[in-house]
Amino acid sequence: MATAVPTAPALPVTHKPFDGFRAVIGVIASVVPAALVLITLTLLQQARPAIQQFGLHFVVATTWNPVTDEFGALPGIFGTVATSFMALALALPVGVAVALILVEPGQTRIRGVIGIGIELLAAIPSVVYGIWALYVLAPWAYEHIEVPVSGRLTNVGLLSDPAPRGLFSAALVLAVMILPTLTAISRDVIRAVPRGLKENAIALGATWWETTWKVILPSARAGIFGATILALGRALGETIAVTMVIGNAYVIPHSIFSPAYTLSAIIANEFSEATGPIYPAALIELGLILILVTLVVNIFALVLVHSTSREASLAA
Amino acid sequence: MNRNERRRFMSRGWMALMYLLTVLALIPLALVLWFTIDKGLPSVVHPQFFFNAELPPCEPKCPAVSNAGVGHAIVGTGIMVGLASLMAIPIGILAGVYLAEYSITRWSAWVRLGCDVLVGTPSIAIGLFVYAFLVVPFHHFSGFSGAVALAILMLPIVARTTEGAVSLIPNGLRESGLALGLARWRVSLQLILPAAAPGVITGALLAVARAGGETAPLLFTAFGQHILVFNPNQAMQALPLTVFRYALLPYKSLQAQAWGAALVLIVLVLAVNLVSRWVLRRQLALARSL
Repeated sequence: MATAVPTAPALPVTHKPFDGFRAVIGVIASVVPAALVLITLTLLQQARPAIQQFGLHFVVATTWNPVTDEFGALPGIFGTVATSFMALALALPVGVAVALILVEPGQTRIRGVIGIGIELLAAIPSVVYGIWALYVLAPWAYEHIEVPVSGRLTNVGLLSDPAPRGLFSAALVLAVMILPTLTAISRDVIRAVPRGLKENAIALGATWWETTWKVILPSARAGIFGATILALGRALGETIAVTMVIGNAYVIPHSIFSPAYTLSAIIANEFSEATGPIYPAALIELGLILILVTLVVNIFALVLVHSTSREASLAA
Repeated sequence: MNRNERRRFMSRGWMALMYLLTVLALIPLALVLWFTIDKGLPSVVHPQFFFNAELPPCEPKCPAVSNAGVGHAIVGTGIMVGLASLMAIPIGILAGVYLAEYSITRWSAWVRLGCDVLVGTPSIAIGLFVYAFLVVPFHHFSGFSGAVALAILMLPIVARTTEGAVSLIPNGLRESGLALGLARWRVSLQLILPAAAPGVITGALLAVARAGGETAPLLFTAFGQHILVFNPNQAMQALPLTVFRYALLPYKSLQAQAWGAALVLIVLVLAVNLVSRWVLRRQLALARSL
C-alpha cells in the first residue's frame, strides 16, 4: 500500500524580491568609481583652455615659459618615464629575489622579519624618503657612484656631467619606494605557482636554482610582469620624494646624472604660484596626462595579475 | 669538480646572491630610520617642539635652544586626518561589505576595479581635483578641503581591507543568521561585520597611517599655515608639509625642524602600522576559530 508522499506545491516562478539593503550599499559603494570618473572629468574640464590653445602640439613641445605663455610637456614626460624605468631596472631583480626568499619554506622567523621589514618600507611616508634622499642618498650617490663612474667613462655621453640632484638620484629613491609593491605581488604570484610543478622538478633531481629558474619563474612570468607594470604605475605618479631630488631643470637631459623634471614635480612646485588663464590650465593638463597614463598602466597590470592568479588556481 | 657538484655549487651561489639582494633591500629601511632619528632627535628632545608654532629663521645667530616647534602641524594633521576618517571610514566599510557580500554581482566587479585603480592614482592629481572642486569655488585654502583629498585616498584602502576581512568569515555564520530569520542587512551589519571587526580596524588604521604621511594632496588644498589654527575653514599646516617646505630652505634652523617633524611623522606612522599588524593577527586567529 503506497502512501501518497506529500509533495510541496510547485512554487510559482517569481522575480527575485527587491533587496533594499543591496541597493543602498551598492549606491554607497558607487562613490569609489564615481570619484575616479569625477577626478578625470574635472581635470579634463579644467585643462580645457590649454588643450584648446595648444592641441596635440602640447605633448611634443619642449618649451615651458610662463612669461610668454608657451607650454610644452615633452621634457616632463621624458623625465617621468626615464626616472620610472630606471627605478624599475634597479628594483626588479631585488624585488624578485626577496619574493623568492620569502616563499621558501622553513626558517619562518627570519622570513617573518624580512616580510615585516619590506612592509615597513612601504609604510614610510614619501616626504621622509624625500628628506633622506636630499640630504643623505643623493650626496652619497654623487660622491661614490656618479663622480667615479663618469670619471672612468669620460667618453660615454650618457654618463657625463654628474650632479648631486638629477635623474639618477630620483631613480634611486624611486627604486626603494616601489620595491615593496614589486615584492608583495611577485611573492603572491610565485606562491600561486602549482606546488606539483615544483615537486616534479625536485623529484627529477633539479637543484634549487634549476627549479627556480626553469620552472617557477617561467610559470610566474606573466604575474611578475603584471607586478612590474603595477610598480611602474606607482613610480610614474610618485611626487614628493622625486620633487626634492630631481633638480628642477625643464630640459631633456643628455646624461642620466643631469638634473631634469617630472610631470608631478612641476605641478607640485609651480601650481600654487600659477596665475593667468593659460598657466594653471597647462599645469592641470600635465596632471591629466599623468592620470590618464597611470589609469591605462594600472588597468593593464591588474588584468595581467588577475588572469595569472586565476590560471594558477585552475591549474592547481 | 664533476657535473653534479658544479650544479649544486651554482645553485648555492645563486641562493647566496638572492639572500644578498634581500639584505640589500633592507638596508634603505635601516638607513632611513637611522638618519631620521640621528638628525631629528636634537630638535625633538625639547618639549616645546611639540607645542610651539614655528618661528622665523634665526640665522646666523641662533639661541642654543630654539623656541620653534611643530605644534601647529601636529594639530593640523590630527584635525585633517580625523575629518578624513569621519568621511572615508563609514563609506569605505559599507563599500567593503558590499564587495564581500555581493561579490559575484557585475557592479561589484566594477567597484573593485575602481578601488584598485584609485589606490594607484597619483595623489597629486587628487590634490588638483579637490583644488578645482573645493578651493576655487570658496576662494580660499582650507583644512576641510585637505581632509576631503585625504578621504579620497583612504576610501579604497578601507574598502578593500574590509572586503578581505568580511570574506574571511565562514559562510556558516551568515547562513545561521539567515536561518533564524534575520533580515539581510542585519546579518551583514550586526552579525558578519562585528565578527570581522579586527580586520576592518586594521584597514582603517592602515588608511590613517597612509593619509597622515601624504604631502602631495595637501599642497593646494590645506596649503600650510604659520600659526596654530583649529578652524578647518582656514588654511592648515600638516607635518608632511613642514618636512617638505623646510627641508628645501637654506636655513639650518628650519632644516633641523624639518628633520624633527620627519621623526615625529615616522614614529606616528610606524606605530599605527605596527598596531594594525597586531590587530590583524587577532583577526586571523578569530577567523580560524570560527
